[in-house]
Amino acid sequence: MRRPVAPRQRGIEIEERRLGWLLVAPALVVIAGIALFPLVWTVWESIHLHDLRMPWRGRPFVGLENYVAIAGDRRFWASMGHTVFFTGTSITLELLLGLFLALAMNRSFRGRGLVRAAVLVPWAIPTVVAALLWRFLFDTEAGIANALLVGAGVLEEPIVWFIRAATAWVPVILADVWKTTPFVALLLLAGLQNIDESLYEAASVDGAGPWWQLRYVTLPLLKPAILVVLIFRTLDAFRVFDLIYVLTGGGPGTATEPIALYTFNVLLQNLQFGYGSALSVIVFLVTFGIAVLYIKGLRVDLTGARGR
Amino acid sequence: MSSRTRPLAVGALGLLVAAIAFPFYWAVVASLTPEATLFRAPSLWPREIIFDHYRALFDERAFWLPIRNSLIVAGLTTIFCVAVGSFAAYAIARLRFRGQSAILGFILAVTMFPQISIVSPLYLMLRALGLINTFPGLILPYMTFAMPLTVWLLVGFFRQLPRDLEEAAFMDGASRWQTFVRVMLPLATPGLATTGILTFIYCWNEFLFALSFTLGPERQTVPVAIALFRGQYQVPWGEILAAAVIATAPVAALVLAFQRRIVQGLTAGAVKG
Repeated sequence: MRRPVAPRQRGIEIEERRLGWLLVAPALVVIAGIALFPLVWTVWESIHLHDLRMPWRGRPFVGLENYVAIAGDRRFWASMGHTVFFTGTSITLELLLGLFLALAMNRSFRGRGLVRAAVLVPWAIPTVVAALLWRFLFDTEAGIANALLVGAGVLEEPIVWFIRAATAWVPVILADVWKTTPFVALLLLAGLQNIDESLYEAASVDGAGPWWQLRYVTLPLLKPAILVVLIFRTLDAFRVFDLIYVLTGGGPGTATEPIALYTFNVLLQNLQFGYGSALSVIVFLVTFGIAVLYIKGLRVDLTGARGR
Repeated sequence: MSSRTRPLAVGALGLLVAAIAFPFYWAVVASLTPEATLFRAPSLWPREIIFDHYRALFDERAFWLPIRNSLIVAGLTTIFCVAVGSFAAYAIARLRFRGQSAILGFILAVTMFPQISIVSPLYLMLRALGLINTFPGLILPYMTFAMPLTVWLLVGFFRQLPRDLEEAAFMDGASRWQTFVRVMLPLATPGLATTGILTFIYCWNEFLFALSFTLGPERQTVPVAIALFRGQYQVPWGEILAAAVIATAPVAALVLAFQRRIVQGLTAGAVKG
């Protein structure tokens, strides 16, 4: 439907376009200056040798040498493995528990507001604090985990959780599940509340039990919300840093070191900026790849989603 | 689910809520317990309440310093981002111009940037500007995540506002700019407040940048200060937990006071409905 545009109308459109860009410009300039430009700089650093401990070597161009070195870097591959393990395990648990929590909160009962507020608190506190709380719970002497397990007869004597990789992962995963399940539950709850009540009524009339309703009504209709949760959580878990830095420091040795912590150590402990930047670029590319995979492959619509 | 599953679900929900609340409860109890008792015989009920850990925190560790630093950095970042972000968000949500959805997509993409990917240039940049271990040296990097976050949240809030008032003002001959300042901003106050709260929480909790760009206690933020607590002989759990309680209190208070709004801000439109 094309109509001739009145001159006044066109004037407004031009004014609107000009004002639009004017209003958007400051925010865009800030984002470009402190996020986009540094990203380009990281790429540039990554193709140079730049060691802050040896300033006399300057910053010679080395091409892809850093990347070639990373390909043969065992600690890099190990840290990638740890990150994938952490991401997979914690997200699986968070989705299952979050779904349960959301289903339970999706009915009216007294104190629902209170429950919702209570579950929101772990999400809102600093990750560093959450990590410390869980380190304390799993402390060898003062930890309540040991006291409970010894009391229940599961353990014969208190164990040092952080001395072996297998046991060190337990508090790490539990802390992450504890901190982020509420957020997962709230996003899923928002999805549940969009499902038309009459569908359940119709299913009940047809004699469908609760499991059947969950399987054939709730889950299919909840799929968009589940995918949104998955993409946010995957991206978040993949760049895990605070939690592990405080809980295990990546230890014992480097047995729980995720890729973000390895990169941090290379950059700010070893001051190898060239090599560390190459690691940074790889983290970025993988994150980007995950996002593209979700959005193109699974057709997640993120334009409506907000926050994290 | 049918009503028969109800008692079961409520019981399990209660258990889950208890599991969520327990670490907080335990931290508060432990922060009030003498360290000797804590290590010998941890008890679920406080037998003897002392405030020594809190006192030591402020008298010996000068914990008010990181609290001050965190308030300054998180506060200024939030104010700046909400102010600048509200212009951009209004334009994206309400005006019509080319490139709008591309801008929104770009902003969403930036919220997903891994922080670690830009730590190295930010460090070199701040060092060249002499901003390592300064407040601007934290506020600038914080805007990398705070600015896209505020714009993203505010676009959602502006989109929810009714169009009639805006159009009425427009018909009365007000310009777009006047409409924005006189009509839209006042209407959007609740959204601006919620966005401010969320941005503040994200800044208050940030760790990687604060750890990378500060050198000592005079500029360290609360999370960094707590994470780097060291005791002379053993881990000073009493003081660490007291600090954890203090670091948690403001965000917990904000969340409990504004939970309805925060949930709305976080989830509204998370699933298109």
